[in-house]
Amino acid sequence: MRAASLVGKAGLRLSNSGDLLHVVTNDNISSGRQGFGRAIIWGSALLMLSVGLSQLVQVIGWGAFGFQNWRPTLYAYVLWAVCLCWGQVLLHGEHGKRTLFVLPAALFVISLTVFPLLFGLVIAFSDWNLSSPTGRQFNGLNNVRQMWADPFFWNAMGNMVWYVLAIIVEYAVAFGLALALNADIRARKFFRVAFLLPLMLSPVAVSWMIGKSMLEARFGPLARLGRALGWDDPSFFGSPWIAKATIMLMDAWTFIPFMMIMILAGLQAIPKELHEAAKVDGANGWRAFWEVTFPMMLPVSITAILIRIIFKLKLADIVIAVTSGGPGGATDTVTSFIFREYRDRSNVGYGTLLAMVYLVVIVIAMTLLMKLADRMTRPRT
Amino acid sequence: MKTQNISAQIFHDSPSDLGHRAKWWTGRIAVYGVLLIWALVCLFPIYWTLTTSFKMAPDVMKGHMIPWVDFTPKWLGWKSLGLSPDTLGDDNTVRAEFVKRFTNSAIVSVVSSILAVILGSLAAYGLSRFSYKFAWMRNGDISFFFLSQLILPPVVLALPMLVLYKELALLDTRIGLILLYTLSVLPIVIWIMRDQFSSIPTEVEEAALVDGLSIWGAFITIIVPIALPGMVAAFILSLVLTWNEYFFAALLTSTHANTLPVMVASQTGSQGISWWSMAALAWAAIVPLIIIGVVLERYIIKGMAAGAVK
Repeated sequence: MRAASLVGKAGLRLSNSGDLLHVVTNDNISSGRQGFGRAIIWGSALLMLSVGLSQLVQVIGWGAFGFQNWRPTLYAYVLWAVCLCWGQVLLHGEHGKRTLFVLPAALFVISLTVFPLLFGLVIAFSDWNLSSPTGRQFNGLNNVRQMWADPFFWNAMGNMVWYVLAIIVEYAVAFGLALALNADIRARKFFRVAFLLPLMLSPVAVSWMIGKSMLEARFGPLARLGRALGWDDPSFFGSPWIAKATIMLMDAWTFIPFMMIMILAGLQAIPKELHEAAKVDGANGWRAFWEVTFPMMLPVSITAILIRIIFKLKLADIVIAVTSGGPGGATDTVTSFIFREYRDRSNVGYGTLLAMVYLVVIVIAMTLLMKLADRMTRPRT
Repeated sequence: MKTQNISAQIFHDSPSDLGHRAKWWTGRIAVYGVLLIWALVCLFPIYWTLTTSFKMAPDVMKGHMIPWVDFTPKWLGWKSLGLSPDTLGDDNTVRAEFVKRFTNSAIVSVVSSILAVILGSLAAYGLSRFSYKFAWMRNGDISFFFLSQLILPPVVLALPMLVLYKELALLDTRIGLILLYTLSVLPIVIWIMRDQFSSIPTEVEEAALVDGLSIWGAFITIIVPIALPGMVAAFILSLVLTWNEYFFAALLTSTHANTLPVMVASQTGSQGISWWSMAALAWAAIVPLIIIGVVLERYIIKGMAAGAVK
């Protein structure tokens, strides 16, 4: 009977949304098994709640259970998560086994992002110096006011705009390199590996290799080159704009391979006939590029740029390791600024509020960008 | 008269063809010029770091570049790390420190990449084959939920995680880092694997199911071997990202679970450190990735190109 209802369900699904893979199995789930399934889910949930509550009671100071830290609650949570997954199979049989594909990843992501984010919202509106003994103090909108008046934070936000704008240049360079790699050349494999390498290197090592040694004002090879080319005093981190440009260049050096490879993949997917047709129609190289290659590459380009923007918004390692924001905050990114804010004053509350504001700005900006990208790639009718 | 006929060319290149050939040659030269210049830009910092690790102070200051031609290589930098041939045998605190950081990095990055590939592949397979409905969320929403994690900047999670980890006694542990690293590469793995699985026709599993395998049996014995190249690509890409990660490691570890990037960064900060030993350290930190890059380049490119071409 159960099987029959499953068939009915499967048939129904076929008509509207539809599994790609149809499985109809004879599930006979006994009531004992269902009872057991429910029991372990609710039992473990109850256990988790009681452990959590008793820990809470201890923290508030109403009773002592001898807990050293919140680990017991964590273990109870893990147990509950395992029981929830197992219970799906016990309760729903074949459908439960399907749920089991997605459920672990979903639980993992939810427990590591949604929970800390909610927790972060609480921290964001409090004054919490981790090294002071007073602990967390709710301070309402004080952090917001402080943020509003903080010139360094807004400066860092402004810098992010410049850093993101630099992607346009990176994109042009990456496109050029991809075209060169896609041309009929020898030793393609060598060039591909060589071009890929910067992406593989750890940004911290790169910031020493380039930022601290090659750009060193006295002995660095690039400083020597600068002097040879007639730059009297090659200091790459002296004035604000040069420092910003240097950070941009170093970041570009690491990430151009990433865009290049995405664009190269797109270029290789363009059918050869299109180029031949363009040639027959009399389009020379330049026109063929702008009227055939570039429009064909628009969707790939937009994906590459969007992903690149996402990575750029996380930029911090190089700035922390090379300039720590200087001179005068000219190279600060939001992440590096919050990092220093925590390192210098170990104030968790203010930093979290800044991060939250940053997240809101990013989400709004990315949503707008994606909408725009969607409109640009949609075929015109 | 006959000889004249033979020696005379029958087919002449017309002037327009000659022009074409000149244009072709300039095109060639331009392409190779661009490629060579960029290869130099990419490889020179690596070369510079490697040679600097064998230099002595005067060589650094005079800007010598080519070993055995304008300077004689010395093991100075590697000796300070305890990794030169003559110091390799004895006990060395710097080397012990380096090995500890290296092991930490290796364990954290490998375990978190494996975890991410397992969780991500399962989720991606489920999403590409079945239709789900959790509360109001359907497949599209679930996919978006996973991929949107990519937008989340690490700094937003960092401070709440710091406090939580402190309470959970996970601060300065490898497990704490592994969990966060898995989270940070999971969206990328799902992105790559979703692409992989949707390119496998469902008839493959249907045949397996008819033969009496369960869904999980079909997934493990049939689908995983087919999708293995994609999984390797996702794994390598995760490995690179997690090996290089600095921000979380700098915030959440202090003495036990420090990774290699943290060690490199802390050495950079101190002014007294000599160039040659710093170069040796930086080179030692990037060498595993250079090897991976050269040997497994195919997989990395495959992974990165996965989302590009639909």
